[in-house]
Amino acid sequence: MENQELFIQGSRVPERGPDGDLMTLNMGPQHPSTHGVLRLELQTDGEEVASIRPHIGYLHRCFEKHCEKLTPPQIVPYTDRMDYLASMNNNLGFAVACERMLGLQVPEKVEYLRVVVAELNRIASHLVAIGTCGLDLGALTPYFFCFRDREMILDFFEEICGARLLYNYIWVGGLSHDFPEGMDDKILRFCDYFEARIDNELNPLLSFNKIFIGRNAGIGVVTPEQAWAFGLSGPSLRGSGVSFDLRRDDPYSIYDRFQWKVCVGEGLVGQLGDSWDRYWVKVLEMKESLSIIRQALAARPKEGDVREAVPSRVKLPVGEIYCRTETPRGELGYYIVSNGGNLPERVKVRAPAFSNLCIIDEISHGALISDVVAILGSLDIVLGEIDR
Amino acid sequence: MEFAELLGHIRAALPEAVLEEHPEAFSPWILVARAQLPALALLLRDDPALDFAQLMCLSGTHLPAGAGEGDRLASIFHLFSPRHRHKLGVKVVLDSVDPACPSVAGVWPTADWHEREAYDLLGIVYEGHPDLRRILCPDDWEGHPLRKDYVTPATYNGMPLD
Amino acid sequence: MTELMQTFWFWAPFSAVVIAIVITVNALFSVYMERKVSAWMQDRLGPMENGPHGILQTLIDAVKLLLKEDIIARGIDRPLFKLAPYIVFGASFAVFAVTPFADGHAAADLNVGIFFALAISAFVVAGIMMAGWSSNNKWSLYGAMRSVAQAVSYEVPISLVVLSVVMVSGSMSMQEICVSQAGGFWNWHGLSLHHNPFLVLGFLIYFIASLAEVNRTPFDLPEAESELVGGYHTEYSGMRFALFFLSEYANMLAVGMLATVLFLGGWQPLHPALGFIPGPLWLFGKAYGFVLLQMWIRMTLPRLRVDQLMHVCWKVLVPAAMGVLVLGGLWELLIG
Repeated sequence: MENQELFIQGSRVPERGPDGDLMTLNMGPQHPSTHGVLRLELQTDGEEVASIRPHIGYLHRCFEKHCEKLTPPQIVPYTDRMDYLASMNNNLGFAVACERMLGLQVPEKVEYLRVVVAELNRIASHLVAIGTCGLDLGALTPYFFCFRDREMILDFFEEICGARLLYNYIWVGGLSHDFPEGMDDKILRFCDYFEARIDNELNPLLSFNKIFIGRNAGIGVVTPEQAWAFGLSGPSLRGSGVSFDLRRDDPYSIYDRFQWKVCVGEGLVGQLGDSWDRYWVKVLEMKESLSIIRQALAARPKEGDVREAVPSRVKLPVGEIYCRTETPRGELGYYIVSNGGNLPERVKVRAPAFSNLCIIDEISHGALISDVVAILGSLDIVLGEIDR
Repeated sequence: MEFAELLGHIRAALPEAVLEEHPEAFSPWILVARAQLPALALLLRDDPALDFAQLMCLSGTHLPAGAGEGDRLASIFHLFSPRHRHKLGVKVVLDSVDPACPSVAGVWPTADWHEREAYDLLGIVYEGHPDLRRILCPDDWEGHPLRKDYVTPATYNGMPLD
Repeated sequence: MTELMQTFWFWAPFSAVVIAIVITVNALFSVYMERKVSAWMQDRLGPMENGPHGILQTLIDAVKLLLKEDIIARGIDRPLFKLAPYIVFGASFAVFAVTPFADGHAAADLNVGIFFALAISAFVVAGIMMAGWSSNNKWSLYGAMRSVAQAVSYEVPISLVVLSVVMVSGSMSMQEICVSQAGGFWNWHGLSLHHNPFLVLGFLIYFIASLAEVNRTPFDLPEAESELVGGYHTEYSGMRFALFFLSEYANMLAVGMLATVLFLGGWQPLHPALGFIPGPLWLFGKAYGFVLLQMWIRMTLPRLRVDQLMHVCWKVLVPAAMGVLVLGGLWELLIG
């Protein structure tokens, strides 16, 4: 198999060693652990990886082109489908961007409910990331435990808005449905149940498992400078010890009313900024999310119509905005350009996984193929939002 | 730093760089001259008072034909400084027939993929980019889909596109 | 009549058929057991559709595999590709020829029984290498290379531990080794702290190394689904894949049987008073307990990376096995 035809004016063609023979290996679009249709072209010297070239675009569905023909309320269901594991957060990002342009203030009740569903979705998304992190490394059981708990969250969402995965719940100016009767109690019971599960089941079984640590510690180390330069965000950024969270540092909602802390990697096992730290940040964030949910449910107003501030027509004023929110994967940014008409002029989505993925070549030098799988798992990518 | 202060600082270092300023915009931005972009990028990243370590997002836009002008392309990127917590948008307007823009991928590595996407979907050619090729569309796709005048081809490699 | 039955021309095909039946039933049972046990550990039910509680699931799967299209991609080395599953299966199959199912009843009671078992099970490596190479698939090649490295490396601690058992038992014949563990479970090599405690350690070493020999997690890198799609059997489909699948479970049982014979008394009952329960039941009961333990470990642990795997073998197990051999021998000499 020729190596030349696959490297077209590549910037990172590795130097050939005295052996001169690198093998091109395709972790092709269909692969059990590339978290979607991602093609990783590996150049390997035996088991050691010399360079990685990710090829994306297999899931490109022309989201941005569609947006130019849809009104903002019609765009909201499309935002669900980008990062399909964290649909609430996608909706929220778009809704906040539009509301800022419109200068629209949503009612208190809506703010609190938005926080609750966004954090529940954060937990659900992290459960997938954590479960698949283990699954990629051969730990078959924690995956099922994570999905069992995630099912409970999806059941909540189904009760609230009718859908398990793609919600179209957070609208510009409000929400599509109110919480049904008794929802608060169910969620609070889940919080208690789940917190015990993290401590008694997940941590002993997976997080502190000697083999799991051996596979993840010291692998794929990202320094804070690299993280900022490559546009990393979310748990991948915080895993390197950087205390930066958009919920606190670039506020877009009412997170300042709650007591919670930003979870940061500390290099507990192995090196600071390695795969284990990125994984551990997700586990810690799940616990923080539980705390936020409890506080939000305790403080939320029960009266009010969630649709009262939803405008009958959303006509964005002339101008452009770049507005970002914190999804489970990191910084989701919407760059919206409007010319004052019914339809937006341009909607560009800055997906967190898009930037998170491009660091993989940088941090995989000298890693083995098994390590590439571990790094990819810890970066937590969703091809839906990378390709849009 | 406030926007006015940022602007003053930039103007002091590179007087001809900033063509327009838009402090009133929802996300304040400046329009810069194309030729000055490389120097400006380095200034924005390396000057300790500015210290824009993160490039949040780089997008391309197709500006439709305005009053008296033909249609043009624009490349805009938004920067953020984790230390000073200030933001800035930097826009460059390009000719739509020959849209060449200096690349900032050497300054902020994250721009590598964002610029590839702008090239792929809008046709903006980033000079100095280490590896400018399509990223979302197939490598042999013709045309740049996000342009306003884009027409989907009838077939792709013999397959009809409806 | 018994003389006729003892002649080679009757006994060889007869025992081959019996063992083939044993292996097939074992596969049906083991696969079902694995799916159910793993399901219960993972808080779910497992097969429930085919037959009451899914008992017929494996049978139906076997039928499905038989009906599948036999795909041989272009570029595959046909003779090697077709031969490989049979070699792998044959090697696992042959180990059963020397295991005693009951007192004095082995298909072929060789006086170098255990040596034969180890030697013939090494053929699996050749079959896997053939499968990986002939597939014309880089992923299969990776799986095959890893598997070869792993199997060959882990044979060293296994051989050393087996040597210590042979030394204590005084014979390489599997029947003799079983007989030497008569009297109750406190006399079993793997449990007798008073007989020779180093053999207990040897049992542990054997257990770990056997996981590596049969490519089970945490040593299942050769067929790591999440990295190599299917490892050395990626390109196999239909009946050939079924044969690989069958031989994996046959191998597990073979290794379980060897462990039982070497360390758990083989067909010996727990206590002489329970001797009315037939020998084969004891043998299979213990072997399946061993297999269950292997499945339990698979469900709990992630897999080791290839360099970590080699580290465990050469830097942990081999020194430990050497220690067992030397110190066990000294114990036998001075105390036993």
